[in-house]
Amino acid sequence: MKVPVSWLKEYVDIEMNLDDLAHRLTMAGNEVEDIERTGWIDNVVVGHVKNIAQHPDADRLRLVTVDHGDGEAEVVCGAPNVAEGQKIAYASIGAVLQDAHADEPGKTKKLKRSKIRGIVSEGMVCSVRELGIGDDHDGILVLDDDLAIGTPIGDVLGESVIDIELTPNRPDCLGVVGVARDVSAITGKPLKQPDIEFEATGPDVNTLASVEISDPDLCLRYTATVIQGVKIVPSPKWLQDRLIAIGERPINNLVDITNFVMFELGQPLHAFDYDKVVDHKIIVRRAKLGEKLTTLDDKERKLDTEMLLIADPERGIGIAGVMGGANSEISDSTTNVILESATFEGVNNRRTARSLELASQATLRFEKSLRTGLSEVGLRRATKLIQEIAGGTVASGIIDVYPSKGKEQEHVRLNRTHISRVLGVEFDKSDVESTLSNLGFTLNADADGWDVGIPYWRPDISIPEDLIEEIARIVGYDNIPTTTLAGRPPQWQPQPEMDIRTRVTDALAQAGMREIISYAATTSEGEDRVALPADTASSIKLRNPITADYAVMRRTLREAILETVARNSRTWRGPIALFEAGRVFLDYGEGLPEERQMATGAFAGPRNELHWDASTAPSDFYDAKGAAEAVLEDLGIQATFEPAEDATFAAGRTAVIKVATANNAVIGVVGEVASEIFSKFDAEVETVSMFELDLAAILKVMEGPNGVDSGKFEEFTRLPASHRDLSLIVDTDVTAGQIVDISSRNRIVTSATVFDVFEGKGVPDGKMAVAVRLVYQSPNKTLTADQIGKIEQQILNQLSKELGAELRA
Amino acid sequence: MPKDQGVQATQAGESVEELKAAAIIALDSSESSEQLEAWRVGFLGRKGRLTGLLRGLGSLDIDERKVVGAAANMLRGQLEALYEDRANQSRSSQAPVGSIDISLPGRRPALGGLHPSTQMIREITQAFNEMGFQTIEGPEVELEKYNFDMLNIPANHPARDQWDTIWVDSDTHNDVLLRTHTSPMQARTMEANDPPIRVVVPGKCYRYESTDATHEWHFNQVEGLAVDEGITFADLKGTLYQFARRIFGPQRKVRFRCDFFPFVEPGVDMSIEWNGNWIEILGAGMVHPKVLENAGYDSTKYTGFAFGMGPERISMLRNEITDIRHFFSNDLRFLTQF
Repeated sequence: MKVPVSWLKEYVDIEMNLDDLAHRLTMAGNEVEDIERTGWIDNVVVGHVKNIAQHPDADRLRLVTVDHGDGEAEVVCGAPNVAEGQKIAYASIGAVLQDAHADEPGKTKKLKRSKIRGIVSEGMVCSVRELGIGDDHDGILVLDDDLAIGTPIGDVLGESVIDIELTPNRPDCLGVVGVARDVSAITGKPLKQPDIEFEATGPDVNTLASVEISDPDLCLRYTATVIQGVKIVPSPKWLQDRLIAIGERPINNLVDITNFVMFELGQPLHAFDYDKVVDHKIIVRRAKLGEKLTTLDDKERKLDTEMLLIADPERGIGIAGVMGGANSEISDSTTNVILESATFEGVNNRRTARSLELASQATLRFEKSLRTGLSEVGLRRATKLIQEIAGGTVASGIIDVYPSKGKEQEHVRLNRTHISRVLGVEFDKSDVESTLSNLGFTLNADADGWDVGIPYWRPDISIPEDLIEEIARIVGYDNIPTTTLAGRPPQWQPQPEMDIRTRVTDALAQAGMREIISYAATTSEGEDRVALPADTASSIKLRNPITADYAVMRRTLREAILETVARNSRTWRGPIALFEAGRVFLDYGEGLPEERQMATGAFAGPRNELHWDASTAPSDFYDAKGAAEAVLEDLGIQATFEPAEDATFAAGRTAVIKVATANNAVIGVVGEVASEIFSKFDAEVETVSMFELDLAAILKVMEGPNGVDSGKFEEFTRLPASHRDLSLIVDTDVTAGQIVDISSRNRIVTSATVFDVFEGKGVPDGKMAVAVRLVYQSPNKTLTADQIGKIEQQILNQLSKELGAELRA
Repeated sequence: MPKDQGVQATQAGESVEELKAAAIIALDSSESSEQLEAWRVGFLGRKGRLTGLLRGLGSLDIDERKVVGAAANMLRGQLEALYEDRANQSRSSQAPVGSIDISLPGRRPALGGLHPSTQMIREITQAFNEMGFQTIEGPEVELEKYNFDMLNIPANHPARDQWDTIWVDSDTHNDVLLRTHTSPMQARTMEANDPPIRVVVPGKCYRYESTDATHEWHFNQVEGLAVDEGITFADLKGTLYQFARRIFGPQRKVRFRCDFFPFVEPGVDMSIEWNGNWIEILGAGMVHPKVLENAGYDSTKYTGFAFGMGPERISMLRNEITDIRHFFSNDLRFLTQF
């Protein structure tokens, strides 16, 4: 809402400087976004045109002698309307003016002494556009004759416009008077109400026109009057200036007055040409099926049966509270008018405006559910101005059809204890009373508090807390004390899902991976790139996605991870090790979707940062597997990795992660991404390895009856352990896992670790050399070399029997 | 140059000046620690040339002996000082046996890291955890009932314009949406628990809003709610002051102004001063009695306050990030800076 300060001053005196006032308004809830100052230009003063002569070398240019109060100057001027004796805005050299010829508005240029067709111009006579107070550039701005020569132009044209970002609860401040009332309450200066008194000398209004409301649920009150014998002409300058200052285009005196009153009081009004309303009878009703109306903007509107129509007995003449009809529009030949000031139901009005895509200033107000009391005040104010400006005879009495009379809440009970219960501080009775009455509330005091009367301009007040906010905001939130929470802290509630995600996130970051957070929506086609299993639940589709790129909620983190790897691979030459721990959305068709937490990570590019003593080899399957192993170890989960098939991953390079102690529950997958999948992501790395942990499955495993490692401390033996290495020759299809399994069967073997795998020179074709370190440890005795030798032989026998393993010579 | 030149050359009847000149020349050419040691023994040692010169003083008459003796002793001081300097120089430029190049980079373990949003969310939630607020989470695909209706934001009400909504497309339901704020957890928490309530709720939110450097359709929020008997606006201020001190430092100016959100009354905007401007950090207010009643709470008995803020916005402010879209594009050149 733009509020010109000169207009605001009509209703309240302002002595505070504007920046301080803006601050106070902001603190009290009307946030001032900006104060636009126009017309305050240094080096521009009121000048007097003393003499005009023809430019010797240019037909269109004239030499204007200007008296500027501090001497005279000769100015070259091309404006057709300059004339001797005029008072004009004279800019001397150095003035910074709007560039009237710039492509974009707002560009300024500094006035320099220059020769125009051989003659030096000592300044400029300014147009409206050059002064930055409007768009007109067809000629110079001619000022009032009685202005003193040499007066700084700011004193004549200077205007400051306060731009307020209004909150939706304050339709009263969609009128300048509403803002003035807040200023009055803040500064203590009295509010000067606009004059609504007029002389009604015409016939009884009921003999001239009638109004009938067929749908009282949508029209809460309809007030109207008739003014006969008006003269439709352009508005007086002051009225045009007011409208221009807030960005409205003046049309004619009648229309301008209805607009002015809307911006003054917040009540939308409409004027009909009396003689075009059939039978002078207005019927307020829902539109009929298939009914159409051509609105003021000459567009034919198709109405639906929930839209409220202003009609005469034969046809619609306006869409209630949205836009008038062309058929009853005020024109230059109009002499009699019906003036409407009504209260339409907000939700319906808003719906109509939205479905017709007709967002109007009227709807901006009606949608906020105005109180019915405002309509009569608006009618009287507009009537007074019409009589004053457009002349005519005002009918006696007003039409007032008021179906919701008595149905609005009139009072709020406010107890003094309620104020301290909410704000935590007691206020003096007199402070409460003066604050509320300055805002226009009426108070009826008793021992415990007040019955507070709600004024007609405040539809947002209905409960004691609303009044408490009024008190707090005017007193100032800064003046309310600060305390810390006392009392009972609530009972702690377990949050296992959040806890497991946090723990996994931390473990992966500690393992050297970088967390990402990606958009939770994608496209079905994009997601298809990772070839999810056919039995994956459906995705949640969005009715109005922000763009087509985010049409469905994701069902996997794999796509986003691969996309992020690919994007980074084009700019990042170091290791890429990324993970996301977030939600996927699975729709099972009932209720809200499952929001399942997954942790998915990928490795690509070199394993190490470029370093003088580190391998430049690319990361591979074992990086992804290692990260998953680290997380699972941190969680105390003993997992097994089994060969598996998953369409995202390369065949033979994929393992499913299971937990043997929980019925082999699957908790994740790890693998090298299949090249035909990864090639769809346009990456600049050869391979990417990825793991995925299903946090919901992990949680189930951890919480299950067999659980996992309880975290119970196990006493370690103080007896020494023996470390023995075995170097084996096996067929190449033997796996490390098989060797470790067989070696670990004897409970004396506490660990078996494969530490070298080698094929090639010195090893027969089809065979490989595998080195295993075994740790022998008995919990209750020191093992002798003899004992260890026996066990080792048993192990070798078993390895030979099951795997055909031989000791390497 | 022969290694010990000058040091071993003993000259009978050498003058103090001659000795000084010879010593300085010899010192200049001594580079290794072995050479320096030879120089020290040769000139300053018990059998060195300066000692020799002093011993030779006996042959001089008493006056001469005094003059030359004083000069020789002064020279000892000078040579000792020169030797110290030279030895220091040598120690610093000369690598001891077995030296390694300590300028080579060390073997650093790979440093992972948390996303800046996660870091900020944790910092914010921890500040409230310490004041007795427990962190909880809620669904992102949400029912209109929790996102709007129970929060006193009725359908078709202009207040809803503050939250442009992305709706879920479904044949069977038209009341499912992507939550526009974390506030539905106010309603859910109160519906499921009796007071006292103190929770802080981080999570993703979604708005039907075109994106630019300062607007994202997808972002995080942190919600807070405290409800009990006797909670006041003064408690709201105190709690949020404490939070602002923690996140923005004790010197930072904080202000509370009136603002409007349909689910609170009175409503609050908390701003901090940043480079001379007031920047809104969070919206807050006393829980609206209708919101309490919608959740089945007795609004004549209980009061509470609620607040909500955007961790990305706070991060942008503190880290001078100029484009919010960096957060979810996950460029390593961005992520590795946090």
